[in-house]
Amino acid sequence: MRKVWDIHGGIHPPENKQQSMQHALTSLPLAPELVLPLNQHIGKPAIAIVAEGDTVLKGQLIAKAAGPISANIHAPTSGTVSAIEDRTLPHPSGGSGPCIVISSDGKDTWTKLDACENYQSLDHNTLLEKIRNAGIAGMGGAGFPAAIKLNPRGNLKIDTLILNGTECEPYITADDTLMQTRAQEVVAGAQILAQLLGNPKNVLIGIEDNKPEAIRAINKALSDAENKQFEVVSFATKYPSGGEKQLIQILTGREVPAGKLPADVGVVCQNVGSTVAAYRAVRFGEPLISRITTVVGEALEIQRNIEVPIGTPIGYILEQHGFTAANVSRLIMGGPMMGFALNTADVPVIKTTNCILAPSRVEMPAPPPAQACIRCGMCAEACPASLLPQQLFWYSMAEDLDKLEAHNIADCIECGACSYVCPSNIPLVQFYRASKGAMKQHAIDKEKSDRSRARFEFRQQRVEKAEVEKEAKRAARKVAAEAAKAKLAAKQAADGESPKSDGTADVVAAAIAKAKTQDLSPEVQLAKLERALSSASSRLDRTLARAEEAEGEKKDAILARVKDAELKVSDAKTKLADFQARENG
Amino acid sequence: MKLVILATLPGLITLSYFFGPGTLINVFTAGIMAIACEALVLKLRQRPVMFYISDYSALVTGVLLGLALPPYAPWWVIAVGCISAIILAKQLYGGMGYNPFNPAMVGYVILLISFPLEMTQWAMPRTLLAEGQALTGPIDGLAKMWFATPLDAYTGATPLDVFKQNNSQLVQHLYDTKPVFSTGRWAGAGWEWANIGFLMGGCFLLYKKVFTWHAPVSMLLALSVMAAMFNDGGSSNSGGSPLFHLLSGATMLGAFFIVTDPVSSATSNKGRMIYGAAIGVLIYLIRTWGNYPDAVAFAVLLLNFAAPFIDYYTLPRTYGHSKARRGTEKEVE
Repeated sequence: MRKVWDIHGGIHPPENKQQSMQHALTSLPLAPELVLPLNQHIGKPAIAIVAEGDTVLKGQLIAKAAGPISANIHAPTSGTVSAIEDRTLPHPSGGSGPCIVISSDGKDTWTKLDACENYQSLDHNTLLEKIRNAGIAGMGGAGFPAAIKLNPRGNLKIDTLILNGTECEPYITADDTLMQTRAQEVVAGAQILAQLLGNPKNVLIGIEDNKPEAIRAINKALSDAENKQFEVVSFATKYPSGGEKQLIQILTGREVPAGKLPADVGVVCQNVGSTVAAYRAVRFGEPLISRITTVVGEALEIQRNIEVPIGTPIGYILEQHGFTAANVSRLIMGGPMMGFALNTADVPVIKTTNCILAPSRVEMPAPPPAQACIRCGMCAEACPASLLPQQLFWYSMAEDLDKLEAHNIADCIECGACSYVCPSNIPLVQFYRASKGAMKQHAIDKEKSDRSRARFEFRQQRVEKAEVEKEAKRAARKVAAEAAKAKLAAKQAADGESPKSDGTADVVAAAIAKAKTQDLSPEVQLAKLERALSSASSRLDRTLARAEEAEGEKKDAILARVKDAELKVSDAKTKLADFQARENG
Repeated sequence: MKLVILATLPGLITLSYFFGPGTLINVFTAGIMAIACEALVLKLRQRPVMFYISDYSALVTGVLLGLALPPYAPWWVIAVGCISAIILAKQLYGGMGYNPFNPAMVGYVILLISFPLEMTQWAMPRTLLAEGQALTGPIDGLAKMWFATPLDAYTGATPLDVFKQNNSQLVQHLYDTKPVFSTGRWAGAGWEWANIGFLMGGCFLLYKKVFTWHAPVSMLLALSVMAAMFNDGGSSNSGGSPLFHLLSGATMLGAFFIVTDPVSSATSNKGRMIYGAAIGVLIYLIRTWGNYPDAVAFAVLLLNFAAPFIDYYTLPRTYGHSKARRGTEKEVE
């Protein structure tokens, strides 16, 4: 038996897992319309590559990943693109965003898939590309594009691959069902992921001990596959053991340093659902277009797990399960701890939808009004990140962002254990989410103002520098002029002539001095003057040539320019002559 | 909160058994007055009165103050105490959850400083009664309380008073000669049992996980260690044995019902251990070398002041961080 570690805090809410395990996994008749939001994952929204009216086949790419942190989206069935428009998103904000809407043609015709039987021989990049193309994003709920996790930055050595089959959240049994019904695929997927990561020393499949059937199924699949390297690790049921950081701590005793990734401690963690999706992508070329979702709650007649195409509207699913709108206290996507309430059933299932919860009013009454925080500290006892939620709450209310930062609010995983144990019924996590948002905004604002301040200061410096340079030049000219004047006076005195102060002479002397300060030797000056002359004369020639070609008003203008050029030529000639005279004489 | 009130019962019953119904009357009166004060201010602040009253926090404050007051205290003493505790120390700071000081202790200290005579007249325990004398009855007690009808010699020195006024006598001599000790078992008649009563209530609350062990245990430990250090075998300079200190005055009431008040104490478990230990040390210092025979209220209030300071240095180490941070520290990579 492998050693497992304990995590700090944690809670034991009623599991409520048996309701949805009464029926076998099934699927529903196809919904007439599927809605596919372009952003179902963490990162940039995908870019639609179909247009309204296009016919699409099941599995066909309809939106391309925008950059590395993004994910492809594929048509979950065949039909026509009836609209690309903003629809309400399954998101806590209840806001809307761009979606591709597909009207099903009912035939469910597959596009041609790129299956591969002996995928073991594929190289790293091909495998990764297959997984990336399939648009797999963390199916445990976070929706982080899987391909990125599977390709850790160059020099990081991965010694442990963890498959997350914990599913610690109450009510949800989607991963449990998946492990029971598709254990071979989980194991085969694990083999692919291990191969991708350079066959790490440990491949652990973490499952809470409240899922004995799943543990048995996976163990059987492992022995069938004659796989002795992989290991199922079961551990005591406690929420939130299934959080990535928590699971890593339970199975390896390591903590992912703040602000770092699991790969930094040599661990990669993938949800079992994502693992199966990776297997199907590599083996059959199937993109991620459906998933197992738990449909549960006392406001439904049937509670079970279904395999459902991504994009199926929640309302349609509820209809198929005998939903009574009058009984439901609130509709939740995800579990009771980390899920969020939906304002409308008119949103689709997306890649991260592991549960649709429709509890009755008796089952999940409206929360009682919040009372004052008495700092009892039960939240701190329950916090899996060893934070002080009561202090975070206090500083959240005061909007003291510095204190929040110092109390490590960034390390809050928003599991909701603190809210669950709070005797004053304070929705603590909502406060932290709001504060995190405020901090993000503050950081953006600060960066903006920092940047404009830097810009301003740089300009200020540049202006000052120019000023200083100008001043230095001016001073140098002054010194040179004075020196020249003194020299002239001395020369005149030596020549015995009476010093005559003539303004023009001063200017000429200054000009000569300036020429001297520029350190130009006579040869260079001569060359410069000759160059000026030749360029002036060639300009004159060019202008003359054009004057001959031109007519009318234009000719007058060009003739004026000819005059100008002639003047310049004569000017240059004079200067050259002067210089030669001066040099020779 | 209801559990806390329930847990005071063993202490309340032993106090009433040994010293007469005075404490019981105190608790009832203070409880009602505290709720009345709370309701009044909530009304003035235009807050939902019933919503806040039903959190029982005002009742708890009243009950704790009632337990701490001398039996048969005049009604106006209780009234001033409740007004100070609820209105001054709690509601003026923003009510439940916002008070930096323990309200019951603020009320107690204001009374102790303002009305030293009324506040130092403890009743005699039943074991000290003269032949033929009975404990004060409820009727007489109420008459004393509301109409200042005098009672026959009902007061006596508490064990802590005796130690305070020790005229160069050995501890053993005190135990032998002073009736409050000679009729008791370990730390003075009545008091030892009242403290054991509160200890039992405290253990019940610990078992019910109303609070963690950190603050009370560290307070009792610190007090015992101090007492053991300065016991010096029972000379006339002795401050008393650890057992004496654990079972006298308000030690157990303080440890399990006052120090554990989460609002005004330090936040983290580590912080609460420091908080409790400092209170234990201060109790001993004030009892032995200060001007007041007992010291729980002063020690608690002083540490209430220090709680934010303790919090600053006792943040727990967060997951993924190599060490604990300070309250406002910027993290350096």
